[in-house]
Amino acid sequence: MKILGVDSSGLVASVAVVEDDNLLAEYTLNYKKTHSQTLLPMLDEISKMTELDLESIDAIAVAAGPGSFTGLRIGAATVKGLGLALDKPVIPVPTVDGLAYQLWGAVANICPLMDARRKQTYTGLYRFEGDTFVVEHPQCAVAIEEIIEKVNEAGSPVVFLGDGVPVFREDIARLCTVPYTFAPAHKNKQSAASVASLGLLYMKEGKAVSAAEFRPDYLRLSQAERERLEKEQKESQ
Amino acid sequence: MSDKEIKILAIESSCDETAAAVVVNGRDVRSNTISTQIPLHTLYGGVVPEIASRKHTERINQVIATALEEAGETLEDMDAIAVTYGPGLVGALLVGVAEAKAIAFAKKLPLIGVHHIEGHISANYIENKDLEPPFLCLVVSGGHTHVVRVKDYGDYEILGRTVDDAAGEAFDKVARAIGLGYPGGPKIEKKALEGDANAIPFPKAKVADHPYDFSFSGLKSAVLNYINGAKMKGEEVNEADIAASFQKAVVDALVDHAMMAVDEFGCDKFAIAGGVASNGAFREAMRAACEKKGVKFYHPSPILCTDNAAMIGAAGYYDYLNGRRDGWDLNAVPNLKLGER
Repeated sequence: MKILGVDSSGLVASVAVVEDDNLLAEYTLNYKKTHSQTLLPMLDEISKMTELDLESIDAIAVAAGPGSFTGLRIGAATVKGLGLALDKPVIPVPTVDGLAYQLWGAVANICPLMDARRKQTYTGLYRFEGDTFVVEHPQCAVAIEEIIEKVNEAGSPVVFLGDGVPVFREDIARLCTVPYTFAPAHKNKQSAASVASLGLLYMKEGKAVSAAEFRPDYLRLSQAERERLEKEQKESQ
Repeated sequence: MSDKEIKILAIESSCDETAAAVVVNGRDVRSNTISTQIPLHTLYGGVVPEIASRKHTERINQVIATALEEAGETLEDMDAIAVTYGPGLVGALLVGVAEAKAIAFAKKLPLIGVHHIEGHISANYIENKDLEPPFLCLVVSGGHTHVVRVKDYGDYEILGRTVDDAAGEAFDKVARAIGLGYPGGPKIEKKALEGDANAIPFPKAKVADHPYDFSFSGLKSAVLNYINGAKMKGEEVNEADIAASFQKAVVDALVDHAMMAVDEFGCDKFAIAGGVASNGAFREAMRAACEKKGVKFYHPSPILCTDNAAMIGAAGYYDYLNGRRDGWDLNAVPNLKLGER
């Protein structure tokens, strides 16, 4: 089975093609250029280099959120357009799952941290039992204190990764009571190869949807909706 | 021009309408699908960019599929994909741009980025098979107020533009002030039917040294001051008179500018475009003024005045003929200027 992977949830833009146990190509860019200018040219590049027949792809896996709202939508509209044109399903891969899956085989717990602004992090807690990927706490938007508490409760050593690491480094030092490490440069940001290979797994679990149905999972309402709900709640009190 | 039919799938998502259309040879609209978000944004009294962007993402595939289906076409039959890449709300534009690029890439079709205002102007080609440049055009909508000289297909000169609020924006703000709600254009127009357009003399602003430019923020303030003044004196205001007098002030300014352009450039064709072009009072005033000067007057039907993709397909066709092709790095340009590439 051949899976195209796309991740544009953060500053990193990444595209990859995974066929069963082989990563055929991955192109990852961690540069300030907008995903609108990089993502499709990158896909074009790896398609040319690997003489990829797009029709031969079985499904498109995408980092489905959370992340930068705009970044998620560029990825979403790209995979929806590809899915529509190629008549292929889309496999939504929770962004935090995709981050964690990079550390396949880790004996420690895995805790991705994305900078979610507003004093929160998009995070979750994961571990591997043999070759089984265990989602201990599914992805969520919480205060750093809250996730570190879960990390401490789990009691095992933990490895942190994600663009939230530099943001929350001091909080980790202050709050974390279990031994912790940080993933190195080649494994600490979004990777479409990880999204594609986890996507392959999720595809087998029946989690693929049609391109028309697919929508990003922002984990957050828009500011306008949030403020309207707050106002309504206040008024009803 | 070859005899072959050029079929274009066009996509538009610059504001609060998700739209797709199939257009053949620029003027033959085979389908024109519009999914409007107006009811959603009414809750907030105006378009919320983040909500608009989210809705575009949810609906775009269905809208495209419907447009193809209604046209009885498939992507295999298309010769190019055209998409609005500016101006507009950046988050909203990006959805259409990313989608269009992915489809064009997957189907190995040429990609054409279209200017939203060029689209509005080109809406006139669809129902007026005889209309060809050169002509003059007034583009009036919630985001734009432009006097444009259309010299040729794809060749535009902007004579004037608003220096502050767009005309449609002024309609929205005044509608809110007199409690009519969003969207303001149709609501003011309806209310104005019951009122006296000469009841309140609202000012017609001129922009010094730039005769073709518009200013509507002064007019909007004058309306607000009038309402506040009446309130302070404990007087009741006649909303219908306000609506009618305000609408007349906007229409007068638009028509004055249009006729000034006719006099200066001696053009015998004048077109209007954009959401406000479906305003009956504006259309009739333009028709009368054009008739007086012996100028042929063009306007699109209301469905083609609102944001739609058929107009993008029309503009995209002439861009296609002019050889415009965009790369996979095409980006949304929220403040794209007309005539700039």
